[in-house]
Amino acid sequence: MKKLITTVAALATALVAGSAATAADSIKIGDINHFKRLAAFAEPYRQGIELAAKQINDAGGVLGRPLEFIHRDDDGKPGDAVKIAEELMTRDGAVMLTGSILSNVGLAISSFAGQKGYIYLAAEPLADDIVWSSGNKYTFRLRASTYVQAAMLAEQAAKTDAVKYATIAPNYAYGKAAVEAFKKNLKALKPDVEFVTEQWPALFKIDAGAEVQALERAKPDAIYNVTFGTDLQKFVREGTTRGLFEGRMVYGLLTGEPEYLEPLGAEAPEGWFVTGYPWYAFTDGPAKQFVDDYEAAYPGETPKIGSLVGYMTAKSIAALITKAGSTDTDAMLEAFKDLKVATPMGEITYRALDHQSTMGAYVGTTTVKDDKGVMVDWSYKDPAPYMPSDDEIRAMRPAE
Amino acid sequence: MGLLVAQLLTGLANAAALFLVASGLSLIFGVTRIVNFAHGSLYMLGAYVGITLMGVLPGAVGFWGAIVLAGVAVGLIGVVIEICVLRPVYRAPELFQLVATFGVILVIQDLTLMIWGGEDMLGPRAPGLKSVVRILGEPVPQYDLALIAITPFILLGLWWLITKTRVGILVRAATQDREMVGALGVNQSWLFTGVFFLGSALAGLGGAIQLPKGGADLLMDFSIIAEVFVVVVVGGMGSIPGAFIAAVLISVLNVFGVAYVPQSTLVLMYVVMAIVLMIRPWGLLGREEKAGEHGQIGEPQRPIRPAGWIGRSLVLALIAFMALIPVFGSTFTQVLIIDILIFCLFATSLQFILSTGGLVSFGHAVFFGGGAYVAALLVTYFNTPMELAFALAPLGAGVLAIGIGWFCIRLSGVYFAMLTMAFSQLVWSLVFQWGEVTGGDDGLVSIWPSKWLSGTTAYYYFTLAMGIGGILVLRHIMHSPFGYALRATRDSARQAEATGINVKQIQWMAFTLAGAFAGLAGGLFVFSKGSIFPDELSISTSFDALIVVFLGGVKTLAGGVVGAAFMESAKDWLTRLEYWRLILGLVIIAVVIVAPDGIVGSLRKLGERIGIVREEESMR
Repeated sequence: MKKLITTVAALATALVAGSAATAADSIKIGDINHFKRLAAFAEPYRQGIELAAKQINDAGGVLGRPLEFIHRDDDGKPGDAVKIAEELMTRDGAVMLTGSILSNVGLAISSFAGQKGYIYLAAEPLADDIVWSSGNKYTFRLRASTYVQAAMLAEQAAKTDAVKYATIAPNYAYGKAAVEAFKKNLKALKPDVEFVTEQWPALFKIDAGAEVQALERAKPDAIYNVTFGTDLQKFVREGTTRGLFEGRMVYGLLTGEPEYLEPLGAEAPEGWFVTGYPWYAFTDGPAKQFVDDYEAAYPGETPKIGSLVGYMTAKSIAALITKAGSTDTDAMLEAFKDLKVATPMGEITYRALDHQSTMGAYVGTTTVKDDKGVMVDWSYKDPAPYMPSDDEIRAMRPAE
Repeated sequence: MGLLVAQLLTGLANAAALFLVASGLSLIFGVTRIVNFAHGSLYMLGAYVGITLMGVLPGAVGFWGAIVLAGVAVGLIGVVIEICVLRPVYRAPELFQLVATFGVILVIQDLTLMIWGGEDMLGPRAPGLKSVVRILGEPVPQYDLALIAITPFILLGLWWLITKTRVGILVRAATQDREMVGALGVNQSWLFTGVFFLGSALAGLGGAIQLPKGGADLLMDFSIIAEVFVVVVVGGMGSIPGAFIAAVLISVLNVFGVAYVPQSTLVLMYVVMAIVLMIRPWGLLGREEKAGEHGQIGEPQRPIRPAGWIGRSLVLALIAFMALIPVFGSTFTQVLIIDILIFCLFATSLQFILSTGGLVSFGHAVFFGGGAYVAALLVTYFNTPMELAFALAPLGAGVLAIGIGWFCIRLSGVYFAMLTMAFSQLVWSLVFQWGEVTGGDDGLVSIWPSKWLSGTTAYYYFTLAMGIGGILVLRHIMHSPFGYALRATRDSARQAEATGINVKQIQWMAFTLAGAFAGLAGGLFVFSKGSIFPDELSISTSFDALIVVFLGGVKTLAGGVVGAAFMESAKDWLTRLEYWRLILGLVIIAVVIVAPDGIVGSLRKLGERIGIVREEESMR
């Protein structure tokens, strides 16, 4: 028994010592992501972060201290992410949190951060709720939301004379929000449009042949696509084989992002109007500079949208801490108000209104060049004109 | 009319890959009685190997050759798995092998990521079959027609192999009575290895043959496994023609579901499964299980007794130590222990019906998540105070268990397990797709405890009281007359009936009780995390609980707790590493091989051998 007590005591001491042993020199940022579950998306994101961190630290760091990101894998589970968030903040000595691609994990961390008073910069999750109806004082978001990107496509769609629309979107929250935003914006711009069918394949379980038949049956003038990843691959293949896209305009949310367009290779759809990231087409400016830096840092790889988001996340955090002058939570919250950050997309602002950054999106038309899907006739769109009005947003956000 | 025919053809084409994978699983189960969770991983490997080979081999011959070779390659991988991982644990308690296959899933996931990278790969088109044929004016892809043509030949080939050859006779004999086949001098281990080869090869073939309609990605393993289980169960476990009929049925139904009820595609499949199992409990072409076949395999279960004074004082010391943690441990230590305790309670509730009641549930997460959702919905929609919402969590889960139990307890063995899985998937898909109320996969957020419990330490003590309290109550019930009656129904339903025990009613009550305690764990969970998502209701959560109960030791009382604590701690340490899934998978496999009676069971045996633990009377 005595031996047991000694062992237990020794263990306990080790625990305490372990939690106290945090190196004081670097500023630590906790990054939680699905490095295993969504390796294809999370890895470029991590590389983007590390590239920015290296540049920042080579230039002397932040507040004279190096910036260090602690990457942790949550296996795509919201419950695990919350546990890891607590560990990063209390044991590892992180000063704030970032990360997540999946909206549900983002929402879980956001709610947790709001409860505990930790700052969380949601990098990639697209759900509008994160900054609007479930927004809180401590949560900020970088990427342009689903609503904004759908509105950009709706604006283009309203310019054509198509009136009968069909939609296809994965049957979960993101897909539903994307369809709702598109419908709302398109109807506002062009009241006579009609939605003849809505298809809702289960996420990553699309029955592409059946979906294509169901869409064809409705005889739409144009199609709005929200599927992505393997669903998109199967949908494009079946749709092309069965001639669904002939003579129809297709609007694809996120379809132009390299993560989704590249695996399609020479079979990438042509003539779709999409949001995406045409890294291959930049010729000068910070956008090109980032692409060059990335390719130099990771030979043989090309940047994905995730790389850009990771890079901009790290740059935002560096700018934040520099402006705050300390890593104190209140000082950082104050500094986040209308924080301006220079990024490869130009200067963005974290709006004090809803904690959403003004990172925009690229839109363009897809085509196939050298057996690869690319975007042509692209342009960069600022998100501000596509947002709901400030009053609408204030009404959506819970009172603080 | 044209469209109807075209839809039917689409369904038939989709059935091809599903049938291949399902027949493999069915075959393996029929002969070896192993529920192979890793079957989806073999399907995924088939796709990756196929895509690689198609890149190397040219032309139409290369394409079809690659599909066959992928099947053979995956079959060989199956053989390696069988020999290295499963053979050492055939003598372990029934269903124990599924823990090993779970370890295999993790290992294959990481190895695939290492070899092929994370990016999704688009499958090549079949040479010469790239366009469409017009049938009644509707376009039908040529490759679909090829698939429709090939599948019956594979079915025929399997039928011939099973009914007309000596190997088939042995396989059928083993499906009916393994021990008898062994007694007649057939080398069982090679028979099992052979069946594993065939079953795995079919899964690999399925993965490769679907390539022109899709591709290879890292989520394939889990996305097909649920569907495959549905097909195998609906068709009847062990029946290959049944798997074919069920695959066609499910695929065609899906196609029409997409056209006419596009919102509820997920729910449909499980509704069909639940209906089929209620009307024909052994599936469409399955045979009724002979009594006793699934009862007790291996050594008889020991009588249980309350812990002695050493055990009690050890537990007391542990509780006292845990109560002191906030004094010297970090906040995170408390958070970690909260997580572990919740999982321990959840696992104990499963262990209660699984080991004491002999009812293997594959859908226990429905009560864990159900309890959590009851509390979360009350807080979200009625602003219910946390205390009341928390109290209603086990109650709600208990009511849910009464409902589901009513359907399920009429079955037994693997069919009971499968029906619980069907119901839990049904609830999961309802929660997932009924976004207006449940928030869909964006879940319900901001479900926090009241002020007095909002601090980590306060909630830590709350969880300590509720979690350990719950576990002790369950343990107490196991030692009560009710627990004895329950064990009687497990060991021999007929004899229990004869002594005046109402078997089904006892089982129903136990099922409800287990559900309520899982709901209690769910209530603790939701208020510790502040949010709840459909993941907590999903198959993988059910499997997590199942795995830890087996890992801890299914024929012990403390197995669930020990297994859960072991798993959560191992995960917490390992996720820091790059290839943590590979390591965790290997750790699980190692534990399974070293301790085939589970951690607790094997430690006890070791203790008896070296004389620390007193051997019990009944063992002599």
